[in-house]
Amino acid sequence: MAKVLMKGNEAFAEAAIRAGCRFFSGYPITPQTEILEYMSWRMAEVGGQFIQTESEIAGVNMLFGAASCGARALTTSAGPGFSLKQEGISYLCGNDIPAVIADVMRIGSGLGDIFQGQGDYWQLTRGGGHGDYRTIVLAPASVQENADLAYMAFDLAEKYRHPVIVGSDAAIGQMVEPVELPEMREHDIDKYDWVIRGRKKGEARREIANVYYSIGADAYMTYLRDKYAKIEAEEQRWESVRTEDAEIVLVAYGISSRVAKEAVKLARREGIKLGLIRPITLWPYPKKAFDALGEQVKAFLVVEMSILGQMVDDVILATGNRRPVESYGEFANVPDSRVILERVREMLKKY
Amino acid sequence: MTEIICSGFGGQGVLTAGLILADAAMEAGKYVTWYPSYGSEMRGGTANCNVKISSEEIASPYCADGEVDILFTLNNAAIDKFEHTLRPGGLLLVNSSLVEPERKYREDVTVVKVPANDIAAEEGNTHGVNLVMLGALAAASADFDAGEMCEAVDYYFYKKKGKKYPANAACFKRGAALAAEQLG
Repeated sequence: MAKVLMKGNEAFAEAAIRAGCRFFSGYPITPQTEILEYMSWRMAEVGGQFIQTESEIAGVNMLFGAASCGARALTTSAGPGFSLKQEGISYLCGNDIPAVIADVMRIGSGLGDIFQGQGDYWQLTRGGGHGDYRTIVLAPASVQENADLAYMAFDLAEKYRHPVIVGSDAAIGQMVEPVELPEMREHDIDKYDWVIRGRKKGEARREIANVYYSIGADAYMTYLRDKYAKIEAEEQRWESVRTEDAEIVLVAYGISSRVAKEAVKLARREGIKLGLIRPITLWPYPKKAFDALGEQVKAFLVVEMSILGQMVDDVILATGNRRPVESYGEFANVPDSRVILERVREMLKKY
Repeated sequence: MTEIICSGFGGQGVLTAGLILADAAMEAGKYVTWYPSYGSEMRGGTANCNVKISSEEIASPYCADGEVDILFTLNNAAIDKFEHTLRPGGLLLVNSSLVEPERKYREDVTVVKVPANDIAAEEGNTHGVNLVMLGALAAASADFDAGEMCEAVDYYFYKKKGKKYPANAACFKRGAALAAEQLG
């Protein structure tokens, strides 16, 4: 199929449609609104349902209902709106409901601002709601990947009966790049036996309930540990760039990883052995990428649009804190490859 | 890598001019990013987009201050806001229909002045102001070929509307001819 020019948010929405998503409920907020706007006319074309809800909370709870009936359902938001969805996401996890949610990250706490940020990392990867849960989190670094991951997210969600969050940011959502869209697929809402639907006379009642209610506390502990262990074992995704002989390894995802990749290219021209690990799944975190590194690695530099350095935690966990992990964080501005290089030169002197 | 900022009043077609450049780059098999200004912009205020074209993967979609190769402006405010972003030796395209003749510019950049509003009006295509300037851009920059870009303009609208518009090509060619004449 020929490439087309599309905004990241629009490519995400179109790819969701092509994955068989026929239900959208959500509320506008910058920098996510183009997804909602696109769905408002596109859903009608494919015979799906689009609902601009009265709030983000209604958006995620309608998604809960639609997904419980087997529909491929999507809700999207950003910043404060994404925070409002956390209760609903906890319910999706408690009830084993597959659904897809996007957080097009913006900066700051509270109202913050509309520019690109990556400050929702902890909220995305630790489970922003109550209870023992995490979601699968995908981090696209281009318009193409925003489409590809939207397409894959629905399959992953159903494979594990678990919500999948796509964590992009304003830069990925707002930029236009060439994209090759995936094939159109139809989804059968009766494909799975667990879905609820109308009961014929004599049929058993179908229900969606908290898994713990149905199997009891002891069985639930085993069930939950096994489920998460399976996802961790099978779904780690990442891209490694020039790590085979790297002395310093950058770790970056999303928009920051593009700049980090440029820094690797610039460093290599100067003979500096710099590499990059780009997580594509933020959870499960790609620990396998770190396990595969050689002994020559001296230290890590985590590049992200977060002042406090949120992903630093996961790099320390993935490496067993055996090597120094430094943070280069930006706020509102996309990180700068020249600053990365300066930091790397300093680190090579130090370690 | 070619870095371009297109800026003017909302409605003058600067975002479309950027999209045409991006589309032409895509059709030529290059990497390209297009990034719009967004935020608390007012109706009638300044609109702009950043376009980056490269044979290699592009990192940030934002143009770096002092590294812009081409500044495509359609009004005074655009020059005020972005002239400093041009690299030394860069190209500044000025819509002389809307900018006073005595305005001073940086001396280390090439300035091409095109009365784009007047030309578009003469061609009976007042929506073609951006295309007059796009013609000037393609003729004045070594990174583009005016003939190929003119076809890319036609192809862009053909993909959108299913037909070609001779008035667009006419605007484009007038701008290209004037820029070529100015640069000798």
